[in-house]
Amino acid sequence: MTPDPSLSLDVETLRKDFPLLARTVHGRPLVYLDSASSSLQPRQVLAAMEQYYETCHANVHRGVYTTAEEATARYEGARVSVGRFIGAGDPEREIVFVKNATEALNLVANSWGKANLRPGDAVLLTEMEHHANLVPWLMLAEQNGVELRYLTVGGDGRLDLSDLDRKLDGVKIVGISAMSNVLGTIPPLREIADAAHAAGALVVADGAQAVPHLPVDVQGLGVDFLAFSAHKMLGPTGIGALWARAELLDSMPPFLGGGGMILDVRLDRFVPAEPPHRFEAGTPPIAEAVGFAAAVDYMETLGMPQVRSHEVELTDYAVDALAERLGDDCTLFGPPAAPDRGGVLSLGFRDVHAHDLAQVLDQYGVCVRPGHHCAKPLMRVLGVTATARASIGPYNDEGDIDTLIEGLVEAGRLFS
Amino acid sequence: MTDLEDLYREIILDHYRSPRNRGELESPPAHRVEGFNPLCGDEVVVTMLVEDGSVTDIKFAGTGCSISQSSASLMSSAVKGKPLPEVRELIRTFKSMMSIHEASLPAAGDGADGADGWDGDGSDGNGEHGSDGEGLSDVRKLGELAALQGVVKFPVRIKCATLSWNALAQGLDELGAN
Ligand SMILES: Cc1ncc(COP(=O)(O)O)c(C=O)c1O
Repeated sequence: MTPDPSLSLDVETLRKDFPLLARTVHGRPLVYLDSASSSLQPRQVLAAMEQYYETCHANVHRGVYTTAEEATARYEGARVSVGRFIGAGDPEREIVFVKNATEALNLVANSWGKANLRPGDAVLLTEMEHHANLVPWLMLAEQNGVELRYLTVGGDGRLDLSDLDRKLDGVKIVGISAMSNVLGTIPPLREIADAAHAAGALVVADGAQAVPHLPVDVQGLGVDFLAFSAHKMLGPTGIGALWARAELLDSMPPFLGGGGMILDVRLDRFVPAEPPHRFEAGTPPIAEAVGFAAAVDYMETLGMPQVRSHEVELTDYAVDALAERLGDDCTLFGPPAAPDRGGVLSLGFRDVHAHDLAQVLDQYGVCVRPGHHCAKPLMRVLGVTATARASIGPYNDEGDIDTLIEGLVEAGRLFS
Repeated sequence: MTDLEDLYREIILDHYRSPRNRGELESPPAHRVEGFNPLCGDEVVVTMLVEDGSVTDIKFAGTGCSISQSSASLMSSAVKGKPLPEVRELIRTFKSMMSIHEASLPAAGDGADGADGWDGDGSDGNGEHGSDGEGLSDVRKLGELAALQGVVKFPVRIKCATLSWNALAQGLDELGAN
């Protein structure tokens, strides 16, 4: 694919924004290939959080003094920034700040799920879900007797949709990852959402991997809920978001109870606040929201089409280079290439265990993640207990992939 | 590369490439214990035969990284045919070797490894770890097993090295074999 110059990303320059990239490990420059786990943060995000603490920190929605009003404005402003970033129609009301994508998915299962699912109702998930989009539903199934069904994953890492309509019969909600954190698979969400809606089901998309790496517009995506985490998209840990249309949130009961989520409390009852505050019990992560907004501003400056285009190019480069230089020694899981794969490269190298690969790679300064990636059912489908996963972010370049391969060659030498 | 060579010493690679006592003894009469490392999904199955106060036979099976596999192989060679008190002593010494790493950790600012200490698995039946001084002198008694000493510089790998040992200790506890 010839790159479109209007979609190019000046990686060399943007790398200077990431302080951690200046670090050395074992005398080698850090090669960060674990963005699927958590991304690095640019200085702009760190500066925004520090500036917030230094100039206007106060609790939100409580004080009348100037700095408290400023803090509230920053927090609510962050909600709007994050909502606009994913194309929310009414960001003030449609973005709920939560701890992370995991909490967002738990919120859906516990609030919407408990209010709407009856014993015998079905929930349709996929075999490639992260534990965050499995365990909350398994917990609900245990308590509530709902039936869980699964779309299977084929040998090419794609979902088998041939029996989608049959599987949707009796389903009330579909939970699906918008990009797999193990295979990089990007399923045809729109097609699945249309089929789900035709069958009378809602769709909750786990956007933890998709939102940081693809241009996402919730209007076009056709889903009803979208969950994502700031720390995977150049923002801080401790905050994530759940998007849902305002009417849907309006219809849902609270999940966690406490201060900030009520209109009135008596000793025998309470009246919940309107969304989104209904779902934000207790003091929220305020500085983190400020950092989250700075992160989406930063990504907007880069341009999401540009980020995606860069990551597609680099993924293609990596897939080709791994095949050329390592041949059959290297197994790569997942669909072969874009458009339906992202920059997640789960690999096996000969029969060297993922832990050993990651250990050798660490000596080269290369950060990859070994293990089951919180997707144990998928690992069973793939027939492995662990993979070594290299995942790409906007700050990675071809040199990073070359160092990865250098380390893999050394691992091969050591364990042969 | 010295840390890495220290971790992957030749004896370890040798036991990884050609594991000793691999397989499963028929159970019963052998006693069978499974061990899991939830962090990486590694699993080990240790089958042991204890007769007349000795571990007369032992085998291990399962999947895992070079450290967990070689440690299991080294463990089986070290305890096979040994009287129980000696086996218990070996377990104690090995585990204390796995807990004396603080002094040898790389300086802060180099590796990303925190000073993550030995955090005892649930199955750690004999928890007394010798003081550092004792531990170091005991290491000499370990023979080939001392090759695993390099693991202590890599705190996340300690669980890999102790997986089969914990399974052995658990098995002996379950058998009431002292
Ligand atoms: C696809 C997917 N879903 C959910 C999560 C959970 O994200 P968090 O741990 O930030 O809640 C992750 C993170 O690993 C993920 O990759």
